[in-house]
Amino acid sequence: MRFLPLTDADRESMRRCLGIKDTADLFADIPERFRFPTLSEIPEALGENRLLERFRELAASNRHDEYLPFLGAGAYRHFIPEVVAHLSAKGEFLTPYTPYQPEVSQGSLQAIFEYQTMITQLTGMDISNASLYDGGTAAAEALLLMQRKSRRPRILVAESLHPEYREIIQSYIQNLDIQVETVSMDPSTGRVDLEKLKATLNSETGGFIFQSPNFFGVIEESSAIAKLTHSVDAYSAQIVAEAMSLAFLKPPGEHGVDLVAGEAQSFGLPLGFGGPYLGFMATKAEFLRQLPGRIVGETVDVENRRGYVLTLSTREQHIKRERATSNICTNQAWCAVRSAMYMATMGHDGLISIARANHTNTAYFADRVRTLPNIELAFPRNFFNEVVVRVKNRQVDDLLSHLESHRILGGIPLHWFYPEFADCLLINITEMHRKSEIDRLINAMGGML
Amino acid sequence: MNALPELLFDKSRPGKTGYSFESDPIPETEQYVDPELQRAGIADFPSLSEVEIVRHYTNLSHLNHSVDSGFYPLGSCTMKYNPKVNETIAAMPSFTNAHPYTPHHLVQGNIGIMRDLEARLCAITGMKAFSLSPAAGAHGELTGMMLIRNCLSHRGNPRRIVLVPDSAHGTNPASAHFAGYNVKEIPSGPDGVLEPHTLREHLDKDVAALMLTNPNTLGIFERHICELATALHENGSMLYMDGANMNALMGIARPGDLGVDVLHLNLHKTFATPHGGGGPGSGPVGVADHLAPFLPPPVIPKQDGSGPRYHIPDTIGRIKNFYGNFLVMVRALAYLMSLGRSGLRNVAEDAVLNANYIRCRLSELLDLPYQSRTLHEVVFSDKGLPVSTLDIAKRLLDYGIHPFTIYFPLIVHGAMMIEPTETESLETLDLFVTAMKEILTEAESDADMVRNAPYNTPLRRLDEVQAARHPVLRWQPREQE
Repeated sequence: MRFLPLTDADRESMRRCLGIKDTADLFADIPERFRFPTLSEIPEALGENRLLERFRELAASNRHDEYLPFLGAGAYRHFIPEVVAHLSAKGEFLTPYTPYQPEVSQGSLQAIFEYQTMITQLTGMDISNASLYDGGTAAAEALLLMQRKSRRPRILVAESLHPEYREIIQSYIQNLDIQVETVSMDPSTGRVDLEKLKATLNSETGGFIFQSPNFFGVIEESSAIAKLTHSVDAYSAQIVAEAMSLAFLKPPGEHGVDLVAGEAQSFGLPLGFGGPYLGFMATKAEFLRQLPGRIVGETVDVENRRGYVLTLSTREQHIKRERATSNICTNQAWCAVRSAMYMATMGHDGLISIARANHTNTAYFADRVRTLPNIELAFPRNFFNEVVVRVKNRQVDDLLSHLESHRILGGIPLHWFYPEFADCLLINITEMHRKSEIDRLINAMGGML
Repeated sequence: MNALPELLFDKSRPGKTGYSFESDPIPETEQYVDPELQRAGIADFPSLSEVEIVRHYTNLSHLNHSVDSGFYPLGSCTMKYNPKVNETIAAMPSFTNAHPYTPHHLVQGNIGIMRDLEARLCAITGMKAFSLSPAAGAHGELTGMMLIRNCLSHRGNPRRIVLVPDSAHGTNPASAHFAGYNVKEIPSGPDGVLEPHTLREHLDKDVAALMLTNPNTLGIFERHICELATALHENGSMLYMDGANMNALMGIARPGDLGVDVLHLNLHKTFATPHGGGGPGSGPVGVADHLAPFLPPPVIPKQDGSGPRYHIPDTIGRIKNFYGNFLVMVRALAYLMSLGRSGLRNVAEDAVLNANYIRCRLSELLDLPYQSRTLHEVVFSDKGLPVSTLDIAKRLLDYGIHPFTIYFPLIVHGAMMIEPTETESLETLDLFVTAMKEILTEAESDADMVRNAPYNTPLRRLDEVQAARHPVLRWQPREQE
């Protein structure tokens, strides 16, 4: 077995050192009737060549690569420069543990410090943590953070927040003393209904969580939302599920929101059938002592040289145990480092131009889809790279099947999550789509409508 | 003088570019976004060329100790070798390019991978069903405690208390707390294991569950586990097993046979997926039959060809986006296929043999607070030493060895928790033993020298107090004079 360096002679000499005859003796504390199960249902080992063959077969039994995809909804197909794949695959980044020994972990620590910096630059916030699991759990942590900081029992959540994120929030709070209420959207704009928000906010409200661009792709009025929440001394948390939008839109911090959290998969992580992704959280400085998860800080060594450490760990479970700000321990450190590699490689101009290409391609689709009969943009303005189309004369599922017969995955039917939008389809267009591919989608749609 | 590369932001010069991407020309479109919602630039965001990026990260990589570079006997972390072929497999485009909302009939390979992994984990643990959703061990703990709570609620009373032994990892009480429970710490016995009479003393109708790490953080198998499980079940309580140390039991014993109701595994420990410097992990949760109805969606049915289930009437609800950390699962399945049936037991045996060899070689030098038989790891104390555990750990860095876990578990004074794993050679173990002997000799003759270690690392001891008192958590542009 190539992963096991001991030879039989080694094992024998080690057993002599231990004074045992059989390695099985080391397991004598395990009740005998349960010791050494046969495990007959597990197949025997595969050689490396057979293993690769088997996974090539499994890969080939996926058929999605024969299709032109327009799927988004929290997972986005973006270009990843080859250097990102090469650098992030280095064993020195891939195979260490959490950097508990900073003297031999400065590579990961500096890279995460740089990650934290770039996240604050993109969000317009003061501080960032070192990562969370994903967008949905980051939203749940944002909710818990606002509740802890405000010491108020009631948190509001926008209906237009990603439905999976809302499900995760519901799971996280189900056993805690927190009330969550949903604020509905204005069905004509796809945005949070500000009148309803205003009417729902009160002195018991600790904060409001909304997503922008929201699940329907619509950019919310973050400034107005922040003002409304502040009028009752509550916080506002903007969730960003498509991090690429941060390079196109005014940073949430400039709108006055108090914290920004979400999903940064778009920054250099492949779709990967949904994970691993990268939860992020950035806040105003006042939340520092209440932040969940790990944080890297700058300091000096005994020779006064610049260096980095995990810091403020008195918030964390290994010190505070049940009084910790979160139970999170292992996070998504490698994903954060990889996303830093992506952001640094794209650089200022690259990130901005790719973000604009996302919007330009989507705007082109919007221009063209409006010329088709029996279909319209459900929310005709203020989108980034995702739009909802309403189909008037066909069932959405029939349209999707028709598109699939043209080798196109045409989007996500909203009836999965919102029965009231049963006639709608969520379509994502990124920089990866060629003009000819957008035309292909339009033509295939036009062929049926 | 700087030991570290300049920060990206200090190296950056406007006009440099590290990327190349061609977009198709698009005819002018209508303006769909209000101009005041758009941003012009990103202040101080870096601009570097590709070669500078490559050198930056290559130079940073040289500052990390990793499993690929050397011995890493971090206790309870199972820092085993991460097979390279698994990286090749996880990078296959068919896996990396799959969108999680792709229609199921186009991703049968991916669903098959999850189904096969679940089946193997069930076989190894004796649990009846798994959820692959949790992103890490602590996330699995939270999921597991929520499962217990929902199941007990269904029976009429969720109860209030979760018992956690004093040797437990900090995530255990934190996870129980976030599932709405009050945590009561209970003492381990003189042998380092939980005694059934101690459990019974704390057992009443308010106790929802016991969270037990097995083997525990002293490396000792909780040999009363069957009796503990019976006592819990008779009281209507459940047994949660933290499977962080499953490397000692793989192919040796199945927690499901021992009376465990729910457990989590760490794919990034036992199942050889890379730790990534602190994630991504994956913390699958396995359950006995009575907890299966409460699993979070999506649930992958056992039968071939059927798609994931999202509507589960009694579920605790979704706890993670999409399917969980799928590419981590791919690596774990590849690892299990490489090991096969008999490899499982070989791994556990060598892991336990290696740990016991270190115990045997070091126990003449260091205080062993618990004499009980140990499995995959061994915990010494700093009793009688002229220097502290921290000092020894820092001096080990000078020998090119990553220290063991220090000051944990909390019940051992100056704990040194050593887990070599099965992927280390006898030669490496001997080098480690020799290094420890030399350090202890150095400590006798020149304690101050050891107290000021390390000397040969990229940086020397860092000022953690300053980092916490005056937090600098991001780069800032220098003030203009």
